Amino acid sequence: MSITITDVTYSFKAKPVLSDINLSLKPGFNVLLGPNGAGKSTLLSLLTGQRKIQQGKITFTDYDISHDTRAIMAQLGVVFQQTTLDLDLTVLQNLTYFGALHGLSAATVLNRITPVLTQLALIDRLQDKVRSLNEGHRRRVEIARCMIHLPQYLLLDEATVGLDVDSRKLIIEHIRALATAQHLTVLWTTHLMDEVLEDDPLFILNQGKLIEQGVCHTLLAKHQQSSVFDLYRTLTQPQGLL
Amino acid sequence: MPPYLICFWAILKREVLRFFQQRSRLLSALVRPLLWLIVFAAGFRSALGVSIMPPYESYILYQEYIVPGLCAMIILFNSMQTSLSMVYDREMGSMKILFMSPIPKSFLLLCKLIAAACLSLLQVVIFLLLANIVDVEIPWWGFIYAIPSVFLSAFFLGALGLILSNFIKQLENFAGVMNFVIFPMFFLSSALYPLWKIQESSLWLYWICQYNPFTYCVEMIRFALYGQFNIQACSVVLGCVLVCGFVAVGTFKPKK
Repeated sequence: MSITITDVTYSFKAKPVLSDINLSLKPGFNVLLGPNGAGKSTLLSLLTGQRKIQQGKITFTDYDISHDTRAIMAQLGVVFQQTTLDLDLTVLQNLTYFGALHGLSAATVLNRITPVLTQLALIDRLQDKVRSLNEGHRRRVEIARCMIHLPQYLLLDEATVGLDVDSRKLIIEHIRALATAQHLTVLWTTHLMDEVLEDDPLFILNQGKLIEQGVCHTLLAKHQQSSVFDLYRTLTQPQGLL
Repeated sequence: MPPYLICFWAILKREVLRFFQQRSRLLSALVRPLLWLIVFAAGFRSALGVSIMPPYESYILYQEYIVPGLCAMIILFNSMQTSLSMVYDREMGSMKILFMSPIPKSFLLLCKLIAAACLSLLQVVIFLLLANIVDVEIPWWGFIYAIPSVFLSAFFLGALGLILSNFIKQLENFAGVMNFVIFPMFFLSSALYPLWKIQESSLWLYWICQYNPFTYCVEMIRFALYGQFNIQACSVVLGCVLVCGFVAVGTFKPKK
């Protein structure tokens, strides 16, 4: 269950956004780190089929995103940077709607989400309208939602941005536990360096280019840096500014 | 239940839930045509008489004449509001979730169009019931006959709205749709005046109305309300359903 990106280049109105991206994601928690505007969201929109690939190839194990979109969607869970919940519907209505888009009955959805929502401390909010939830709770609903159809791959685009420390901790620990327990291939994109652990496979994207990749502690040793922050700063800032 | 059916019900349910939660939309959907019927038609009643013409078998009051046009107006507004809700969904990201489904995009869009058509149908039925209260008598079987006509018209106008939503980049641009699509379509049709009356006053206006597909929606509903079948109107609307349906589904852009 791997995701392979080969020679992907993407331009928007003749302006290059991604250049020659090559990477392979194995099962587990993978981190894509990059500053705002690095091209993380564009890469995610290519991975989710929201944008068409202009050059290169993206495969999910044996499926090519350009040809097998439907098969991939059945195995793909996504949390987008922008909240995509329907604010006027309740938590349960949002979840059953998403389940139905994957052909799942309301009863199946309820069975699957009950333990997840209990873990995420949201089980009492099922009948509440999403509009009444705070940002942290909305994110938790989205996390629960992306697992309804039991995906093999999970893509999360800056899923903890704007949340308080407790919510961030709860969400990231939940996703890490899921990745381990269910052998999911997770791509966690962020610009928050404290979310990276030393054993995480790390991909650093800057100005549309993948400038470094490898296990975090290996990269720290390679560049002789003591923290992810220093490593990131060394790799992404022009020499004159250091 | 088969997955496709589950998906269809979910999309239909979501649209209905959202419609009833937007109370102002529900209210304006009914108040707008009722104002036309009660205020506008009452004012013009004495000025405009409508002579005997199919499907009517006797002289009718102007109020009775404009009811099918007002039904079509409800459908037109609802269809364009559906296109607005598509733009909203695209801006809010709900459209991304819709297309994360493994079910084909064309089927999902078809479900959206059917859901919008069902909402139009619901509004038209409520309007016709209210119209009966203000002494516009529609035969009860007219309701039954009108259902397929209203549904077909709603599907066509919904598909047209979907095509337009490709060109609307922001919610604010909807005012342009009002001015350049809704009003011209409505006023340049047989909704308010019979075509022969328009022909008497202006030939070029008559030809524009003749080529306006909305005219055929109005006429199809008009005939259906009196238990008659207008084959010309039905053929035109059916053709528009097919063309606009294919174009809408084929050209829809989920992302701006």
